[in-house]
Amino acid sequence: MTSEHNAAEAGDIDELLPWYAAGTLSRRDAERVEAALARDPELARRFALAREELAATIHLNETLGAPSARAMQDLFAKIDAEPRRQRASLGIGTRIAEFLGGLTPRTLAYASAAAVIAIVLQAGLIGVMVDRPTTSGYETASAPTGAPGVGAFTIIRFAPQATMDDINKFLEMNHFNVVAGPSGGGLYKVRVAENPLPSADLGALMQKLQKDKVVGFVAPTR
Amino acid sequence: MQTSSDDVLIARIASGDRLAMQVLFARHHVRVYRFVLRLVRNEATAEDLISEVFLDVWRQAGKFEGRSAVSTWMLSIARFKALSALRRKPEQELDDETAAAIEDQADDPEVTLAKKDKGAALRQCLTALSAEHREVVDLVYYHEKSVEEVARIVGIPEATVKTRMFYARKKLSELLKEQGIDRGWP
Repeated sequence: MTSEHNAAEAGDIDELLPWYAAGTLSRRDAERVEAALARDPELARRFALAREELAATIHLNETLGAPSARAMQDLFAKIDAEPRRQRASLGIGTRIAEFLGGLTPRTLAYASAAAVIAIVLQAGLIGVMVDRPTTSGYETASAPTGAPGVGAFTIIRFAPQATMDDINKFLEMNHFNVVAGPSGGGLYKVRVAENPLPSADLGALMQKLQKDKVVGFVAPTR
Repeated sequence: MQTSSDDVLIARIASGDRLAMQVLFARHHVRVYRFVLRLVRNEATAEDLISEVFLDVWRQAGKFEGRSAVSTWMLSIARFKALSALRRKPEQELDDETAAAIEDQADDPEVTLAKKDKGAALRQCLTALSAEHREVVDLVYYHEKSVEEVARIVGIPEATVKTRMFYARKKLSELLKEQGIDRGWP
């Protein structure tokens, strides 16, 4: 049983060698291959063959040349002949992606550091509030008012696995507008209705939104 | 970062941005052309096809859902176009190509020289593989596609991708052996 398992494992690793040579394996599979290569000299010899094939394939393709300018001219002549497309404004997801894509690694590092400081300060503030002796009697847990604007609002953090496309579709389908954000923790303030909603309706809407796979966290706000 | 910026370009193309199309074309057209050329083996046809591929990208950008990398999506379109073009080719033309491929393997002076140069022999054998095998070898080694991405482009299960690659490499060894180069595998 063990030898059968080992044989199957060896066959599996053998099949992965080309991807390991090309550097396109997942970290987990790459580690499996590395471990097998370290203990099996015959596999290491076959890996050398895969590297030869890799080099030859790259060499062969690189000598194929490139298309002439005619290809590009043809393409744009065809595009110009297409019906003119309505230029739609870019979605919030695309804007976020463009913004992040435009940042240098150094800027991203500074931004991350700033975010960490903000989180630490926020945690400290919450700690102070929790430790503060409470007065007797009833106090509401609602946030202080002050945010101007007409309508019903929520704060939303989108699920990490939601793509930009998913988020755009979600906003369009529900006729929601992002009015602010992202703030610390990736929260967006979203207008969910043109006019204020009764609390029962807003509560029902929160429950519905929380079930949407695009939404990670949602809560009403003013 | 290029993958995510490709996504941004596609979003811009979907909104009718011609400049974004030029950037995407400049970035990918050579690789798409080489992929198609290896399948159709005709430079003029390959040039015609890449303008068709990118025209499809222009038209379908709004439908791109980002489930795969943009380059993977474009290679899928390119493959479909290349196979359609091959199906349209007159039989006579195919016969000529088959004959040319057979001649490639003959033991002419060039092949004799190739025996001395293992790299050159390997490259010659790579051109003699079947279209199905050439395709998977190019996608893995040249276009740097993962098992999952190759499966998506070719439209076969991931397990089949692995076995197809294995048999392509095995065939390569057999072709090399015919040229007098024994790799000791399989």
